This record gives sequence, C-alpha cells and structure tokens, in this order.
Amino acid sequence: MKELIKRLVEAYGPTGSEESVRSLIMEEVKPYVDEMQVDALGNLIAIKRGGGKKLMLASHMDEIGVMVTHIDDKGFLRFYSVGGLSPFTLIGNRCYFANGTVGVFGMERLDAIKDLAMNKMFIDIGADSREEALEKVNIGDTAAIRREFCDLGKRLVSKAMDNRIACAVQIEALKQVQNLAFDVYAVFTTQEEVGLRGARVAAFGITPDIGIAVDVTATGDTPKSATMDVTLGKGPTVKVRDSSLLCTPAVRRHMEQVAKANDIPYQLEVLQAGGTDGGAIQMTKSGIPTGVMSIPCRYIHTASEMVDYDDVEQGVRFLVKLMETDYLG
Amino acid sequence: MLLKKLSEAFGPSGCEQEVRTILREELKDHISEWQRDALGNLIACKPAAAGPRVMVAAHMDEVGLMISSVDSAGLLHFHKVGGIDDRVLVSKPVLIGKGRVPGVIGAKAIHLQRPEERTQVIPHRSLFIDIGAKSKEEALEKVKIGDYVIFATQYGELGASMAKGKAFDDRAGCAILAELLKEDYSFPLYGAFTVQEEVGLRGAGVAAYAIEPDLAIVLEGTTCNDVSGIEEHEYSTVIGGGPAITFMDTSAVGNKAMIRELVRLAEANGIPYQFKGTVTGGNDAGRINISRAGVPVVAVSIPCRYIHSPVSLLSLADVEHSKALVKLFLRSIEGGFRV
Repeated sequence: MKELIKRLVEAYGPTGSEESVRSLIMEEVKPYVDEMQVDALGNLIAIKRGGGKKLMLASHMDEIGVMVTHIDDKGFLRFYSVGGLSPFTLIGNRCYFANGTVGVFGMERLDAIKDLAMNKMFIDIGADSREEALEKVNIGDTAAIRREFCDLGKRLVSKAMDNRIACAVQIEALKQVQNLAFDVYAVFTTQEEVGLRGARVAAFGITPDIGIAVDVTATGDTPKSATMDVTLGKGPTVKVRDSSLLCTPAVRRHMEQVAKANDIPYQLEVLQAGGTDGGAIQMTKSGIPTGVMSIPCRYIHTASEMVDYDDVEQGVRFLVKLMETDYLG
Repeated sequence: MLLKKLSEAFGPSGCEQEVRTILREELKDHISEWQRDALGNLIACKPAAAGPRVMVAAHMDEVGLMISSVDSAGLLHFHKVGGIDDRVLVSKPVLIGKGRVPGVIGAKAIHLQRPEERTQVIPHRSLFIDIGAKSKEEALEKVKIGDYVIFATQYGELGASMAKGKAFDDRAGCAILAELLKEDYSFPLYGAFTVQEEVGLRGAGVAAYAIEPDLAIVLEGTTCNDVSGIEEHEYSTVIGGGPAITFMDTSAVGNKAMIRELVRLAEANGIPYQFKGTVTGGNDAGRINISRAGVPVVAVSIPCRYIHSPVSLLSLADVEHSKALVKLFLRSIEGGFRV
C-alpha cells in the first residue's frame, strides 16, 4: 500500500485541478467497482453494489496550492493561495505546475519577518522576461507544493497527505471489502479545501441514506501543541465535531460499535477548527445522517504532513467493516 | 439609453421592483415567457427543443441603506444593505423610498470636531440622514422605518468612452444580458436577473435550482483598482482592458473548458480580454456552481472603478466587448461546444 500512497501524494492536484489524481484513482479502482461516473464539478463517483441502503463515502482529491495572479516584466510570478496556506510555510519551498515547470518561492526584502504576506512573495521559475515566463505558465495556472514522499518506517511524510492518505484508505478498502451491506457510492471529491463544494453536489446527486467522510485530522501530540486528544499511532478517529458539523450521534455510535466489535483501535476526535466533506453531506436536501473517520496527521497544510502507517492500515480495516455492517439508525 | 436607465433605477437588495419593470419593458417584444419566483428573480425563458440548458445571470440589486429609526429631531438613522465602506458615506445626497424623498447624509463639521475625531472614520451608526424635517412626526409623514435608500447619482459620460454612475455593479451586467436576450438561439436559454446578490448570493441559488442549467455564465461588475498608489501585481482588473474572466474567487473555481473557449473566441475575433488578478470576493457563480448536482460556471466581468460607492466608473468599450464575447460564446454552443 505504501507504493500506492507514494503515487497518490506525489500526484498533482490543487483544488480545481484534480484531473490527474482522478485518472490515477480511476485506473486503480476500476476492477473493483461496478460503475464509475464523473460529475459536473469533477467528482469521481465509484459505485459498488451490494443492495440495501445507499452509503456515500467521501474523501477529497484536492490539495492546497497556489494560483498565479500576475506575471511581471522580469518574469516573476505573483500568486495567491488556493485553500488555507500560511505564507510562512512557503519560505524555502518549491512548487510545480501541471506541465512540470518548477518554481521557487521568493520574497521581497522585509523589515521584519512578521510582515510576510502572500502579496510580498513571488515565484521564480527561472525566466528572464514576461514572454519567457508565458511560454511555460499563464495567469490562472495553479501550482502544487513540490516535496517528495518519505517513508520513515512507522511514519510517512509528504505533501498532500491531506487528503490523499484518505483516498488511499478508501481505494484499499474498496479492494478488500467482501460482503457489502450497502450500495456503496465511494466518492473522490473535488474542491474540499475551498468550501466542501464537490461533496455538496455529489451528495445531492446521490441522495445517500448515510454518509461517511474520510479525511485527516490534527493531533495534540507534539511539543507545546494545542490541546487535543488525538495522537499519532493510536488508530483512526471517530469524529464528534469540527467547524463544519456535529456528527449524527447515531452514526457516531454505530461507528464506535463497529470498531469495538472488530477490535479496531480508535480515538474520539473533537476538532476545534477546520471542516470536512461530512459537513456538506449532512446538510444535503432534508438532511443525511453523517459521520467522519479521520487519519491523525501532524503539520497539516504544510509541505511535510506526517501520518502513522498503523493508523492507515487500521483505517482501511475500519472502512471495510463499515461497508460490511448495516446501519440500523 | 438602457444602461443610464438601469443605473439610475431604485434597487437595493430586496427592493428590485423598478429594475424588473425596466427590464420587462425593454424586452417586451423579445420574450414571451417570463418567470418571477418567490424571491423576486426575473427569469426570461427562451425555450428550444434541443441543446444544453444555458443560464446567463446578472443581479439586479445594488448596495444601499435602510432606515432603522427616526429621532426626535427628525433625523433618520440607518443600516447598510450590502458591503459599503463607512468612509464613502459622509456628505452624500441620497434618495429615500419609492417616493425618492431627497436627503443628505450629515456629519459634524470639521470646525466642531475634536482633533482625535479628525483622524478617525465616522462609523455609519453615528451618521444620520437629514431630510429637512424638524420633528419625528414631520419626518414620518415622508418616510417610514424600513424604507430603502439609494445614492442620488446621475449617469453621465466622460472622456472618450467612459461612464460614471451608481450601481454599475451589476446593472452593467443586466444591460448586457438584456441585449443578449434580444437574439434567438437554438438551445434553451434562461436569462436570470437575480435579486439579493449583495447580501449573500441568495437569488441566484434558488433561480439555478429552478432552472436546472447544464452550464451557466455570470455577468458581473467587478473591482478595478488600476489607480495610483497600487502596485501592478495587486491590480484586480484594468479599465478598458476588456472583459475580465475569473479563474477563481472565494465563491467558485471557473470551469476550465469554458474559460479556454472564451479565450479562444476572444483571440480569434480580436476582442481584448483580461484575467481577474485577484481571488477575493465572490458572486452569483458561487451559488449556481453548487446548485443541485453541480453546474459548470464562469464569470465574465466588467471592471468598475470605485465599486460599492455612490459613484463608479466603467469603460463603455468594456461593456461592448463583454457583450460581443458572451454572444460569441453562446453561438459556439450552437456550433457544438460542450463542457
């Protein structure tokens, strides 16, 4: 599975440009599903029929990145973030465009580093003029952070663990699942990082009986971190709440029962800030019972997001069992 | 002139009746089927047997004020409707209610201000509208609580091809959409003149739900800060630079195939165009994009300097070029373009 994770996290897919991630996933899940659809917002909906109620799974394909807003006469690119990105995380980093063009983040001379803001930064793609730059990139092009996958043994580090690690879990679960208790609509969503947009329209189209989003969540296990009872290596989480939803209590109880019945370690997650596709699914039409399973992740929205491989494997087992256990409400 | 009529019409968010009337009158010989929904959206339907359902939207509402109370001295206090900078309010002539009662936004004269007051922005809650009434009773003979207020700005042309006026955001879009609706197309076209954009894109959401379009174009008036003191990389648009195509803002990511087609058509036909250089702000495209199971959208905007103020400025050439570009786009759908 590590090989699949490496390919997924190193794939290019800032919000709104999820095409190559989608192709990779389509190829991967095709033998294991009955049908695949791509909707108007680019969501990939992989359907695996087992009869019964409709279970919608959602893991988002998009990653945070930057978008070119201006190219100056010397060939430097100005940009703005796509999704929640701190300019401080960009210093010393590189980015790359869909066509492979690599750029370096630079900044204007500042009197104090606290003055750093996106509009004081630029991307240098090694061009000497606007014309030369335009041969490689244009205004409106997005770029992803460039950082390779690293296997530390127990822990894995890369850009875009948020949320390709959940894509990997969802793909692997589709491969392993045996006795489906549902018609499963496994959605690989778009534009989560800018407002849960893909999941919202996918849920409208599907109208599921139950929704489960798969995402990463923050941890409270690093030196002087914010207080949070989630630790790397103690298993996937059953979310209780985040800024986008209060998980439906019946779904949360169901998830806890499934974990306990199958000896899957899990942690209860209360995330103070941040949202997930679950928030959009839950509010669809007249309301959808919704839960969220998260993979704990350190340093979210930076070039080096870290997860624990045990959590990932247990996450796959958990999702398989959730597809195999009927939800009685 | 339609743009002048629309610019001077009375229509803050939630009070779009005058604008609706002007548009219905303008299009009476061209549209046989109208829908007016529960929120007040006006939808011009041009049915056709085959082809994708296309929605073109422009919002009718403008930013304005609303009377919240009248004090014993006959002065009117107000709330803002939509995003207005408190700094642009002081000393502006306004018109109140459908009867267009004239008033001025008053403030303490500079002679009477304490030194520290001179360096501070006067919050709108400390401002008031003076209609020349001497008492609460006299004021209430002319106006009532809940009346809307617009800026008393006349449309006018200046320079070679510029115009000044209020509410170009988005009456410029309404004027273009009205012109587009005077022609016939081979696919079903829905011209949606929406309400309440300035207070949360409310009209467009329900209009798109009812229309169920296969794709949508939003015509907007957008920010333009190509003026002195702003660095070029912080310009959002340039006045006279042609229609501004939005890749992404806080409300939506523009559909790539539609953007490519707009660019191709502009270049093939010698129409100037620009990409919007900032990603702040949002418009009706955001709501239409996430309607039902999703709708591909793109916003084409007319740059408006000094937007959301008593007077803004646009290039009439930009209006013409925007109309020409969107018309070509609609023709290319007839020619087989699909998202």
